[in-house]
Amino acid sequence: MSVRIPVPAERRGGLARDTWVIARRGLLHIRRQPEALADVTLQPVMFVLLFAYVFGGAIQVEGGDYQEFLMGGIFAQTIVFGAFGVAIGLAYDRSNGAIDRFRSLPLSQGSVLGGHAVASLLRGLLPIVLMSLCGLIVGWRITTSVYEAAGGYLLMIAFSFAIVWVGVLLGSLLPTPEAVQGVAFTVLFPITFIASTFVPADTLPEPLQTVANWNPVSAVSEALRVLFGNPTSESDAWPMEHPIVYSVIWIIAIVAICAPLAIRAYRRTIAR
Amino acid sequence: MPPIQTALAIEASGLVKRYGEKVALDGVSFEVPRGTVCGLLGPNGAGKTTAVRILTTLAEADAGSARVAGLDVHASAKAVRRLLGLAAQEATVDGLLTGRENLIMIGELHHLGRRTSVARADELLDQFALTDAAGRLAKTYSGGMRRRLDLAATLVARPEVLFLDEPTTGLDPRARNELWAVLDTLVGEGTTILLTTQYLEEADRLADDIVVIDHGRVIARGDAAGLKRQVGGSQLFATVADAARLPEAAGILARVSGSAPEIDEAARSVHAGGDEGPRAVARLGEALADAGIEVEDLGLRRPTLDDVFLTLTGAPADAGADAPQAAEVGG
Repeated sequence: MSVRIPVPAERRGGLARDTWVIARRGLLHIRRQPEALADVTLQPVMFVLLFAYVFGGAIQVEGGDYQEFLMGGIFAQTIVFGAFGVAIGLAYDRSNGAIDRFRSLPLSQGSVLGGHAVASLLRGLLPIVLMSLCGLIVGWRITTSVYEAAGGYLLMIAFSFAIVWVGVLLGSLLPTPEAVQGVAFTVLFPITFIASTFVPADTLPEPLQTVANWNPVSAVSEALRVLFGNPTSESDAWPMEHPIVYSVIWIIAIVAICAPLAIRAYRRTIAR
Repeated sequence: MPPIQTALAIEASGLVKRYGEKVALDGVSFEVPRGTVCGLLGPNGAGKTTAVRILTTLAEADAGSARVAGLDVHASAKAVRRLLGLAAQEATVDGLLTGRENLIMIGELHHLGRRTSVARADELLDQFALTDAAGRLAKTYSGGMRRRLDLAATLVARPEVLFLDEPTTGLDPRARNELWAVLDTLVGEGTTILLTTQYLEEADRLADDIVVIDHGRVIARGDAAGLKRQVGGSQLFATVADAARLPEAAGILARVSGSAPEIDEAARSVHAGGDEGPRAVARLGEALADAGIEVEDLGLRRPTLDDVFLTLTGAPADAGADAPQAAEVGG
């Protein structure tokens, strides 16, 4: 008995379906790699608990508890760290030949990158949910309307989408998963700390304060604090006065710049 | 768009590919008729993988053109991908998926639909003796099992043309023999196969036609027998137990074969051209026995493809082993 293979034909909706098949594979990968799962579950939860209870007592914020101030920053940082996952996944697929295998198949153009992006985006939702729950336990509360709260979560998803492209760019430019790790810790890590992520920007020394005020991570942290009705940085720099607008500008700018660059870098790396 | 029916499954003409300073392919041309097996034979770094990458649409040639099943690999890349199966040098099965999931995913990416993909996966698992391991993650498979799964993955959509890049590299002899048997079946079904190999024995065993490439150029082509003829006829040889008696044995060999013998001290053997066939072997054995020379081995040796390589390039087949491989340069 033999399976008859229908003549493969060009079909509509091919991009969406191919993207989903690749994305599903990415999600299976997360489930079957305990260490990758820890990145998106244990690590964010640990950060919330550590900062809330270890540093929390030493850091004073105006207008509320440190725990409430902390959550906006920790959401933003976790989303930025999501770039590692995308980049490492892509670099891994490149180094072990999976990308070549996909490219030898009659896939719709863009579905391999699209699948990685969708899987990363879905993967990014898990820590946001877990951290929200964890935040509630340590005393974080949303005090604004449902619409504003929804706006906060929407902003996180939009920021995650932008960060996916940063990850694709890194994953295409850097040759190995190890190189990605290196760049992640020397570049992305400081970016998330020289910001109002964990402490109000005005407590930093002058030059760093300027960096922090204009840092997109600060903007997203601060925008989330505003949207969730949590205590804010109280800085009078323009970005910190208008964090939501400034965040949206950054998100659009990151996508507009990184997406084309990432697609170009990806094509260049693979077509050799 | 249906493929145009042509007698040639693969046509490469004047393919050139450079990676920076390094010229990986320097004008490679060859054709593979439908339903035949072509062996692309060459040492590491000869340009085999680069040629396969261009023919399978993964890389673009800097010059020249190529057609697979009558379709231009550049202009009709997607149509070509529907018709080809590629097993790359490293088995590219997904270690974090089970064997079955791997095959189903490939089927779905070939747009076979979920149900057909599942049925086809089970059929292939059975054919490749992987049914028992179907539910295990592929990273737990042995090297031979990974290769079989990889090959099964390339066959999901019943490709017309199959590209196998060093299919048995890294396999132990048993796994290699198993893989060869599978390839025999495919050939029997009429699939066109292009396989690259640095094992001369493998090209000899599997290929109808052999294209020998070295430093990005085709240096010879033909069937195994033809290539061997290029090198010359058979060699009559004898290995003796006592090296001191080599000159004496050489004298006897000269008399029996009628041609000038050569002595290999290290191997304690003498050999000479012997076109008279097996009868000469018998006469040589008798003459050596009469002289009281103890013989360890005796026979008629057909030239191997290693000899072909030595004759064509003036260097042993593994001379390029230290050169960087095209695939590695290409990342």
